[in-house]
Amino acid sequence: MKQTQVMMGMPITVELVDEAGRAEHLGQVFDYFDEVDRKFSTYKDDSEISALNRCEISLAQASPEMQLVFALAEQTRQATGGYFDIERAGRIDPSGLVKGWAIYQAAERLWLAGLEHFYVEAGGDIQTSGRNGLGLPWRVGIRHPFNPAEIVKVLAVGQAGVATSGSYVRGQHIYRPGDDRPLDTEIVSLTVIGPDIYEADRFATAAFAMGAAGIEFIDRLDGFEGYMIDRHGQATLSKGFGQYVVPA
Amino acid sequence: MLGRAARKLFLSVLVIFTFIVYAIHQRLAGPDPAVANALPAAPRPSPTVPAQKAAVVSPTAAPRANSTTVPAATAASAATDTAAPAATDTAVPATDVPTAAPSTGQYKDGTYTGPTVDAYYGYVQVEADVQNGQLANVKFLQFPQDRRTSQRINAVAVPWLTQEAIQAQSASVDIISGATLTSQAFAQSLQVALQSAAK
Repeated sequence: MKQTQVMMGMPITVELVDEAGRAEHLGQVFDYFDEVDRKFSTYKDDSEISALNRCEISLAQASPEMQLVFALAEQTRQATGGYFDIERAGRIDPSGLVKGWAIYQAAERLWLAGLEHFYVEAGGDIQTSGRNGLGLPWRVGIRHPFNPAEIVKVLAVGQAGVATSGSYVRGQHIYRPGDDRPLDTEIVSLTVIGPDIYEADRFATAAFAMGAAGIEFIDRLDGFEGYMIDRHGQATLSKGFGQYVVPA
Repeated sequence: MLGRAARKLFLSVLVIFTFIVYAIHQRLAGPDPAVANALPAAPRPSPTVPAQKAAVVSPTAAPRANSTTVPAATAASAATDTAAPAATDTAVPATDVPTAAPSTGQYKDGTYTGPTVDAYYGYVQVEADVQNGQLANVKFLQFPQDRRTSQRINAVAVPWLTQEAIQAQSASVDIISGATLTSQAFAQSLQVALQSAAK
C-alpha cells in the first residue's frame, strides 16, 4: 500500500510492501511528521523553534528532541568544516537537518513495527528498506535538473538513504560558512547515496554548499557516493557511484 | 668607505622596497590560483563520526540488514509503483475537471490545476491528480528553466573523477530523488490545487 500526503510544505510518500503493512502503519508515519512539523516549523508561530527564535524559551528549557537536533546540527557543522550551519543572521533554522532526521525516524517506526520492505520519501529525499513490490532492489530515479518530468539516472538500492540538494529550485538558499549572501554556484544538483537518509541528507546539504568541490568531499567519505550536475548538464561521479547505476 | 656604506644602504632599501611591492601585489592579485585550487580539500570528517551519530539518532534499534527474502509482490503495490511523471509542457491547463467519482479518501477524485506562482527565477504551476480520494500524482505545467548561459563551459571539471553529459531517460522507477519538490512556489501551487479538491 502506498499513500502521499502534503505536509511540511511538500508531498510525503510512504509505500509498504510487506503483507503485514496496515493503514495504521501509514497513519503512524504521517502523525509523526505532523508532530515534527508542529515542533520544528519556522513558518508556524506556535512551534517550539519559533519560540526559541523569539527567545521566549532557552535551549535548556526546550524539548529533548529539540536539544538532540541542536546537538546533531553542531556535530554536523564540525564534521563539514562549517559548511553546514543552522544559524544564519541570528536566526536558527534546523530544517536542513530535520527533514533527513525525521524521514529516518519515520523509517525506524516501521522497522520497530516489524516491517522490512518499504520506503519513506519526503520532498525528494528517500529512505529505502528491503525490496520493492517486485522483489527487486528499489529503483530510484535522479530527477532531471532542467526538466522535472524526466530522470537522468536510475539507481538500484537495498537499504539506503538517497538525498538530492539542488539550486534549480530556490526555495531554500545555500550559504558558505561566515557569509550571509546566498551562494551562486555552477552546480545545480548533488545527489548523495549514504547508509541512511539522515547521513545522506546532511552531507548532501553541506557538500552542495562547497560548490564544485562538494563531489570530492563526498568521494572521500567512506560509505557515501555522489552524482553532481552543473549548470551545463555535465555530471561528475564519485568513484564508487557506478555500482548503484542501472544501465539505461 | 662612504661608497661601501652607500651601497649597503642602497641594497637594503632595494630589498625592503621589493618586498613591499611584492606584498602589495599579492594583496591586490588575491590568492594564488594554485593555492585556491588546493583549497577544496574540505576538512574530512573522521569516518567514524557519521556512524557514531547514527547511533545517537537511533537509540532504539540498529537498522536491519538488507533482507534477502523476496516478498510476494502484491498486486496493489505493483500497480501503484510510481512511474516517471508523464511528460508535461505548458499546454493550456484544464482547470478543475473532477470526474465526480465517489471515493472514501481525503479528496474528491479528479484533476486539479494550481495557480501559476512567481518563484522569482521563473513560474511554477502544478496539476494534482486525485485517485480514490488520495493524491496520486503531481505534474508540472510550468517550470522555470534556470539555465543561464555561461562562457565558462566545464569550469568545474574535477579531472580525477569521471564526468559525463546527463541524458534524459524514460525508465520506470519506484521513487524519484530531486530537490524540485521542496520549493515554496511548488507547495503554494499544490496547496491551492488541493483546496479545490477538498471535500
